[in-house]
Amino acid sequence: MTDSQYKLWSFHGGLHLPGHKKMSTGQPIGKYFIPERLILPLQQNIGEPSEPIVSEGEYVLKGQLIARANGYISAPLHAPTSGTVSEITEQLIPHPSGLAATCIIIKSDGLDKWVQLSPHASYENMDPSALRNRIRDAGIVGLGGAGFPSFIKLNPGSRTSIDELVINAAECEPYITCDDMLMREHADEIIQGTLIMQHALHARQCLIGVEDDKPEALKVMSDAVKRLGHGQIKILAIPTLYPTGGEKQIIKVLTGKEAPSQGLPLDTGTVCHNVGTAAAVYQAVIHGRPLVSRIITLTGQGIKTPGNHEVLIGTPVNEFIEHNGGYHNRIGKLIMGGPMMGISLASDLVPVIKTTNCLLGQTQQEATDNNTVMPCIRCGACMDACPVNLLPQQLYWYAFARDMDKIQDYNLFDCIECGCCCYVCPSNIPLVQYYRFAKTEIWAQEREKKKSDRARNRHEFRLERLEKQKKERGERLRKKKAALNKSKSTDKKDNDKQQAIAAALTRVREKQKQHSVISKNTDNLTADQKKKIEDADKRRQQNNNEKVPSEEDSDS
Amino acid sequence: MLTAIITMCIMAGVFGLILGYIAVRFYIEGDPVVDKIDSLLPQTQCGQCGYPGCRPYAEAITRGEAEINQCPPGGGATIAALADLLGVDSKPLNPENGIEEDIKTVVIIDEDICIGCTLCIQACPVDAILGAAKQMHTVITDECTGCNLCIPPCPVECIYIVPVKEELATWKCPSPEQPMIRLDSIMASKEK
Repeated sequence: MTDSQYKLWSFHGGLHLPGHKKMSTGQPIGKYFIPERLILPLQQNIGEPSEPIVSEGEYVLKGQLIARANGYISAPLHAPTSGTVSEITEQLIPHPSGLAATCIIIKSDGLDKWVQLSPHASYENMDPSALRNRIRDAGIVGLGGAGFPSFIKLNPGSRTSIDELVINAAECEPYITCDDMLMREHADEIIQGTLIMQHALHARQCLIGVEDDKPEALKVMSDAVKRLGHGQIKILAIPTLYPTGGEKQIIKVLTGKEAPSQGLPLDTGTVCHNVGTAAAVYQAVIHGRPLVSRIITLTGQGIKTPGNHEVLIGTPVNEFIEHNGGYHNRIGKLIMGGPMMGISLASDLVPVIKTTNCLLGQTQQEATDNNTVMPCIRCGACMDACPVNLLPQQLYWYAFARDMDKIQDYNLFDCIECGCCCYVCPSNIPLVQYYRFAKTEIWAQEREKKKSDRARNRHEFRLERLEKQKKERGERLRKKKAALNKSKSTDKKDNDKQQAIAAALTRVREKQKQHSVISKNTDNLTADQKKKIEDADKRRQQNNNEKVPSEEDSDS
Repeated sequence: MLTAIITMCIMAGVFGLILGYIAVRFYIEGDPVVDKIDSLLPQTQCGQCGYPGCRPYAEAITRGEAEINQCPPGGGATIAALADLLGVDSKPLNPENGIEEDIKTVVIIDEDICIGCTLCIQACPVDAILGAAKQMHTVITDECTGCNLCIPPCPVECIYIVPVKEELATWKCPSPEQPMIRLDSIMASKEK
């Protein structure tokens, strides 16, 4: 039911590029093989890398969770085949930096034994949030190339429903045919996945956009929509123009809506997903299978037998190419992704990841073509080609001059890095690389700013703390001094007291002397009593006289 | 004539009152220029400029005692930003203060050698070293500004400078090589 009456819009700029697509669509999708060793980078999505939950030496089954999502914008990771976790270590990953990152290495046992799955026959009575959880737990990310966790884009957010769900089947970049082949062979899965997503989003309308250079896929998809679509899905043939497959571009073409600058399509009530993602959603929701494999186009003049193959996530690129015919002698450069937006690989020891849609082998000649960079002649061809209405030339000058404020005034961050400006540039200026440089430079400056603000706060806090400590120490010292002075003064008082006591004592003694001279109780005694006292005194005297020598005797 | 003078006097009085009120109501503590300069400085607090920290340097610039080219960690970018802010000419970094390093560094403590003397803790301007007397010390690398002020006081030389590891999250896309080919060189090759 290709709707020829439906009105299509168009976006500014864009390019008609030679497709080179026939090269890799001659054969059906090849089945996956099990390599001896699988390399699974923890970072395969936009957002936070996942967090390993297995340890070295652990046996895992196919589809078993091996790393969980870390935070909201993150996706879990599953074992692509059964085997043993041999290492969790740093490995080269496919990234423009050529840096290594933490990967889980699985040594496969060749049995490919699935973990116990929990299929779900129907999705109609499932709660949208339960659906999203199921999709999140399956580790599904946008398979078109960006790798944004899909469950987030299946959340209508504050809206109760959205207007259009757009399924992106444009596949506009030259050479890549994996979505084309997927549509030809698995159209039913895509349509059912689309219905599931429509249910999760409460989407009023669902549009599938296929570029008109894929007549076979269009036909198969139209048949599938007729059979399964319940009249809710429209499939539309859109003109072939690069980069129609960009999210914002295909939304513009199908709905006429434009996302605001630096905004999301959701802001205009639209959500866009890739066909590959739709098929993966179907697998996850109905069969309970997590994302452990995907379809990849292996193509280019530098590849012996171009074609499409299902491949386990984590398969090393060199083994994959070797297994599927190998390199041609004229190979010069290996690109992951398409010729316009792909990244050239420094090494083929890197693994296939969730977002790898194509491996393109270019010849030496293609790789070195247009390498001579000449000065900008201000022709403005880049401006005419830019699909997001930017001024690439101005951006280039500001990036060249390192003016990071001005370049943002010219909306650098709306650039989708499609490469149209580079392609048309008669001077072969690597414009996109300038924009990437400027973007990462701005991010780095923002990080620096944050860090220096924190350092300033910490320094100020330290100064404050030192000041406080100094004050406290001064206070303590002052108190101590005061205490010392006080104790000195109390000594003086004590002296006074002791003198007083001494004086009192002498007084008492003198008094006692006086008392002993005039003992009051000897007055008025009888003669007999006086005599007795005298006798007693005499005896005491005698005793004393006798005692003294005796004591001396005992001592000697 | 008299009316005019009286009117002028009354107006002067009223405006004087308004200005006086504004001066009290909207009084700004400190010098805003110092804050602006301070916010442009890298906050390593390394003292290479000759002042005990970034803020004292900012204050010295405001007073006109210091030049804007005395901050090696900030380098050319900071000098350009300061020149822009203060409306003066940019100049190259003063080599007496140090040279601009391309690679960001932090320090680490070899914990096997550390004797727990706390001298480095006292030297650190941002409290990025953790430890106690006669206990092992360690650097909180996320907070380390790479000022290297902790290195001279260490009696056992157990503090090393290491470059900050480049990660995916902090990776910077390199700028394309100088893309300009001089036109005359092209012409020369054509003539041949």
